[in-house]
Amino acid sequence: MQENDVKFLEDSFKKYYFEHFDLIRVPNRTSEREFGFQKFNSGMTRHISIKDDKELHLLLMQNIPSDVYCSNACYSFPNLPMNEKDWKEAELIFDIDAKDLNLECRKNHTISKCNECNEISTNSNNCSKCNSIKLEKKSLPCKNCIDASKNEVSKLSKILTEDLDIQQNNIHVYFSGNEGFHVYVYDSQFQQLGSRERSELTDYIMFNGAIPETFGMKKFKPNRSSFPDFEEKGWRGRFSQEVYGSKSKRSKIISELITNGYSSFQKTLEGISDKIGAKIDPNVTMDIHRIFRLPGSLNSKSGLTKILCNDLPKFDPYTEASFLDENSVEVMANCPIEFKLKNRKFGPYFNDKVSIPTYAAVYMICKKLATIS
Amino acid sequence: MLALGQDEIAKYPFLADAGQYLKDKGFTLEQFGTDPDLKSLVEKAFNRIEVAADGKIYHSDLIGDQASNQAALPREVFSFLLAIVLLKLSGMTTLIKRFALAEARRAEKYLEKDLANISDESKKQLAIRVIDDLFSVQIKKQDDYFVIPASDYLKHSINFHEREWKLINRHVENGLVFLTPHETVRLIRKELGTYISSKIINAKTPPMISGFEESVNKLISMSKKFTTYTVTTGEYPPCIKHAIEILEKGENLPHSGRFMLATFLLSKGQSVEEIAPLFKNAPDYNERVTLYQLNHLAGTLGSGTHYSCPSCEKLKTQNLCFAIPECDNIINPIQFGKKRI
Repeated sequence: MQENDVKFLEDSFKKYYFEHFDLIRVPNRTSEREFGFQKFNSGMTRHISIKDDKELHLLLMQNIPSDVYCSNACYSFPNLPMNEKDWKEAELIFDIDAKDLNLECRKNHTISKCNECNEISTNSNNCSKCNSIKLEKKSLPCKNCIDASKNEVSKLSKILTEDLDIQQNNIHVYFSGNEGFHVYVYDSQFQQLGSRERSELTDYIMFNGAIPETFGMKKFKPNRSSFPDFEEKGWRGRFSQEVYGSKSKRSKIISELITNGYSSFQKTLEGISDKIGAKIDPNVTMDIHRIFRLPGSLNSKSGLTKILCNDLPKFDPYTEASFLDENSVEVMANCPIEFKLKNRKFGPYFNDKVSIPTYAAVYMICKKLATIS
Repeated sequence: MLALGQDEIAKYPFLADAGQYLKDKGFTLEQFGTDPDLKSLVEKAFNRIEVAADGKIYHSDLIGDQASNQAALPREVFSFLLAIVLLKLSGMTTLIKRFALAEARRAEKYLEKDLANISDESKKQLAIRVIDDLFSVQIKKQDDYFVIPASDYLKHSINFHEREWKLINRHVENGLVFLTPHETVRLIRKELGTYISSKIINAKTPPMISGFEESVNKLISMSKKFTTYTVTTGEYPPCIKHAIEILEKGENLPHSGRFMLATFLLSKGQSVEEIAPLFKNAPDYNERVTLYQLNHLAGTLGSGTHYSCPSCEKLKTQNLCFAIPECDNIINPIQFGKKRI
């Protein structure tokens, strides 16, 4: 990134930090958490410990980070190297990202930037100018992506509350600041589980690894009465609703399933896992030493804020998570796709010199689709 | 420590304090080597180990829960304690492991029976307490099932590789996992084995006792047949081949895939410099970053932690597993192609 772009982003981020200390708070058990940050055009600084809000705000003002992170884990010595930290426990955490949902709409709002010649195009496989395959993908907001992500969050919440006895008020959902949601679970029986156990838990939540026997199907002489009922709890119930469709079709569908045989049943299970399982990123949940974007901080991929969603169905990130100011700036924009922020449409721009509000300029510069002119 | 009755000690002899038990009964170890009436117990103990080494479960003199006669009970306990002495004197770890596993499975049978016992509530309570005291697993009876918290279930079930033990294939409700008595006990088999073997490993090795030599020597020669030799074909498993193909095509291999590939090749003895060029075609290739990350994985940079290749189970979760029949139930890609001869 060019120096004047960095300067502009740092100025805008600093102003945000200064004006929004109220949004950027340390989590509970502060002194047991590991903090970290990144600066524009620089690497990660981590293994930091912080005492309170004041210290955090000082760090923000002194370093003007592009991104700020905090561990979901608690340690005895958060500032020591990883194997000396003495891990105690960690909140369960889930990451749901629109880019992992294989959505049809993605191709309509994904831009490729060539790492060789900097050409920007909507061509997704190779650079339209130099044919290189080294492309960096940038995605712009789309309501469909956000709605699909919200749907995954609701599926996840349901599994957590119904099967795993987690209280709804202990589930906190945050918009990640870019294209997805982070779900934190507090005070659960799973706090002390290690990585391998969490990996098993992700398979449960994603509906991975189910075998036909669990749903009553056997290789030899399957018994009709072992098939799930419509009202059953947990996965057997969700299976029924997805596969039978309605109570009245249960008997007919069971006959079909038995006729089609065991391996066909296995395929059915694999086929419905996308629909009924919650599509979380398993790597995030099973990593117990990770540091996550700090709630209230800015995401340098977009300039939007990671923010708590109190009313998820109504939540609109592109109005509610955009906190940068309206002051107009002049940028050179190369953004072939239209986008909407704070209810205002921008673009498409084809190497155009335009005057736009800071929040929109930051958004495009973060995505490397504009530079300060 | 639980207060145990005579027949409970016979069922779960590993719960007894060995030295105290002998003292209470008025015996010393030396007597077993010399007293002709007691010597048969040393043979019984040897037999107990032999059966275990064969992968079978020692068939005790207990009939149901009761000993066939009163004298049989202490004999059960003595043969267990003497078996431990023989194992310690032989110093053969393979035999200790096999013995611990067989004893665990023997105890498992009794625990299961006690759990399922409807007529005798005290037996059931004892089994529940044994499980709680030894393994901190709190189980409760709910209708025909035993329920345990999902988090406790996971701590134990991750040791199993059969799919039926995956949480997804269990009845889970309100944070609890429902199990039959058989499954409840099966769940702690490994820990039971570990508990018994750690008790044996931590026990003091007595000086050689006259009259024990013959059995000890027989154990040492017996353990030799369990030494195995392996050869490897040198072929890469399908997950690794797949990752290399992706990179060769210049497609994006996710971070988890790169981690798998690098740790696999490092464990096969390749150097960082040999591995780095593989990533050249990656869309975001940067030589400096690649070397930095590889050196971290190899433990030559940073904390010095040497990272190992993820298990097959983990790779399945990450959609990186492309198992073929030749994978043959291995649990980590580095085992691929290894054959016992």
